[in-house]
Amino acid sequence: MTQRSRLHIPSPPARPGDAPDFSYVELSEAGSVRRPEASARVRDIEDLATGLVQVLDDQGVAHDPWRPDLDAHDLQVALRHLLLTRAYDDRMLRMQRQGKISFYMQSRGEEAVAVAAAMALQPKDMLFPSYRVQGLQIARGRSLVDLMCQCLSNSKDMCKGRQMPIMYHWARGNIFSVSGNLTTQYPQAVGWAMGAAIKGEDHVAASWIGEGSSAEADFHHALTFAAVYQAPVILNVVNNQWAISTFQGFAGGERRSFAARAPGYGIPGIRVDGNDFLAVYAVTAWAAERARAGHGPTMIELVTYRASAHSTSDDPSRYRPEGEVEAWPLGDPLERLKQHAIAEGAWTEAQHEALAQTQAEHVAQCWEEAQQYGTTADPQLDKNEMFEDVFKDIPAHLIDQREQMRGLED
Amino acid sequence: MARMNMIQALNSATDVMLSRDPAVVVMGQDVGYFGGVFRVTEGLQRKHGEHRVLDSPIAEGGIVGTAIGMAVNGLRPIAEIQFADYIYPGYDQIASELARLRYRTGGDFFAPVTIRTPCGGGIRGGQTHSQSPEAIFTHISGIKVVMPSNPYDAKGLLISAIEDDDPVIFFEPKRIYNGPFEGYPDRPAVPWTSHPQSEVPEDYYTVPLGRARTVVEGDEVTVLCYGTMVHVAEAAAELAGIRCDIIDIRSMVPLDKESIVESVNRTGRCVVAHEATRYNGFGAELAAIVQEECFYALEAPVLRVAGWDTPYPHAFEWDYFPGPKRLAAALETVLEDA
Repeated sequence: MTQRSRLHIPSPPARPGDAPDFSYVELSEAGSVRRPEASARVRDIEDLATGLVQVLDDQGVAHDPWRPDLDAHDLQVALRHLLLTRAYDDRMLRMQRQGKISFYMQSRGEEAVAVAAAMALQPKDMLFPSYRVQGLQIARGRSLVDLMCQCLSNSKDMCKGRQMPIMYHWARGNIFSVSGNLTTQYPQAVGWAMGAAIKGEDHVAASWIGEGSSAEADFHHALTFAAVYQAPVILNVVNNQWAISTFQGFAGGERRSFAARAPGYGIPGIRVDGNDFLAVYAVTAWAAERARAGHGPTMIELVTYRASAHSTSDDPSRYRPEGEVEAWPLGDPLERLKQHAIAEGAWTEAQHEALAQTQAEHVAQCWEEAQQYGTTADPQLDKNEMFEDVFKDIPAHLIDQREQMRGLED
Repeated sequence: MARMNMIQALNSATDVMLSRDPAVVVMGQDVGYFGGVFRVTEGLQRKHGEHRVLDSPIAEGGIVGTAIGMAVNGLRPIAEIQFADYIYPGYDQIASELARLRYRTGGDFFAPVTIRTPCGGGIRGGQTHSQSPEAIFTHISGIKVVMPSNPYDAKGLLISAIEDDDPVIFFEPKRIYNGPFEGYPDRPAVPWTSHPQSEVPEDYYTVPLGRARTVVEGDEVTVLCYGTMVHVAEAAAELAGIRCDIIDIRSMVPLDKESIVESVNRTGRCVVAHEATRYNGFGAELAAIVQEECFYALEAPVLRVAGWDTPYPHAFEWDYFPGPKRLAAALETVLEDA
């Protein structure tokens, strides 16, 4: 038989009409991955890149060695943030469907990735988000009204009506601007971290991209610079299995975990159950400790599932099978933490229901308030401001154009 | 003949070329199984196989770079960049490599790559889904730049682009994918079906690169435009009640200078319109050519109507977009300056 080269076309295990199949996801027992010292050498901990750090087992029992030191109050705070993120997402999706906002992206099923990391980091650590980590904003205490006003492009919008919904930023809360362009924030986070080290501060930077975005060249730039300068940065790859219609195999996930890319650069890579709040918290805290102690960057792959559509412009029923959410082997992050908290005696079903109810009301009230500052149809914004902030001072040609626009209204 | 919208016409062009030429391949994000986020490649992978219509990783530089490699190896890749706003990571491969390969190798290597990319605003896409970056490609020597305004031209020009031995950037104004748009956002959307240019042959035909199309003949003012602005120009002429000679440029590189010069010499007045920002936009090149070639025929300064020199603002899309009112005002101004 003659042999010849052959182009491999990655294909997901299941398409619409098929039964969901997640047999490709490599799992391990909760507690089976070791927890090295945060000062460990990269070459000695390469196994972390291919295991799966998990604290919570299927019964919600927490296992060492990664079990974080969180008390009942911490668990309650975590549940509050997770629930609020979901309630906010649900409300905003409905508002988009009703035509009240032009666009929306949910983070359903992957809320723990953002909330746990935000809680494990310090308030002065700088966050460089992707477009699906709104839990960072919520866990850092951002008012929902502020987020909603951004989505409405109204008079209280932090972006002054200039950006599509969900392109938030929060200068005071140390959360950088979400870009529509993918992976651009990755080398920027490395640069911020280098800046912190140059200035002699011990703040770290953290950034998030999706696994699909790891294909962009900025991924390589970020890892190279982070490794060369041992920048105090945490680079998160949120592997939620789908990049719009292409599954993670199209980003190179078929043969090796995403975390396994990091050791090639000289950076520790840790693969973690992204739906296990405690595991995400613990791994982030480990990476932050490592960075603050001068041991440099860490890459974390968070294995999770995009339970929602890519965006309100997307229809996943065209390309992935029904029932994947239910079949996803790592479950739902909110349900898993709730189960654990109840088992620990830190939470009850009744408390959970009451909180969900209170939060739904809170979200509804915030939405009412946000609309008072303007709606998509009537943003109550001064359109002359369109010409501001292109430069620090408005140049003459933009003043001319502003005059021209005003002249047309007469 | 069939009635097609622009998406169907582009799909048909790609289908025809995949069938005619085994060297043609399609590559881009979500273009395969899914059929593209705007459905331009719908059904093509099923029909032509997954070795001809390839989903790609999210890496514009990688898409363009590998397309160059395939082209050097004898293929004719059609690379889709999902939004023109996302083309910049591929810019080095386009500007430094694709555009110059023939020149720097004395003609020994060339890369007949067609890059398709949706552009333009009007879909509430904010600054990352609305840009018209054609001018930064027309400024590079060695690359052809095309933007159709209707289904018939879209198919014919795309086939010409694929067959061309030089690289072509093919901009698709996404606002007019499903119907012509005159620039009145509050009016009901109009489908292509009632438009004469939606009558499209189902088989192979070409519209040559480098030829403009006279949309409407008129003797008072020449309007030079392309893409969505062709339809806005028609609306503006009606609004102002001015007999405009509307020229759809269609192909910026190469450019049909003859048609432009003939028209302006006849009307003596010229307005250039594009959706892209004004400063250093392609309109500057058009205005300069008119000045050089038609100076003695001009009875008024050439005016430009364009997007303001700011990023595309989400909330003020329609104040930003150079709609019929803004264009009509310019038409009136060039007629006043007699």
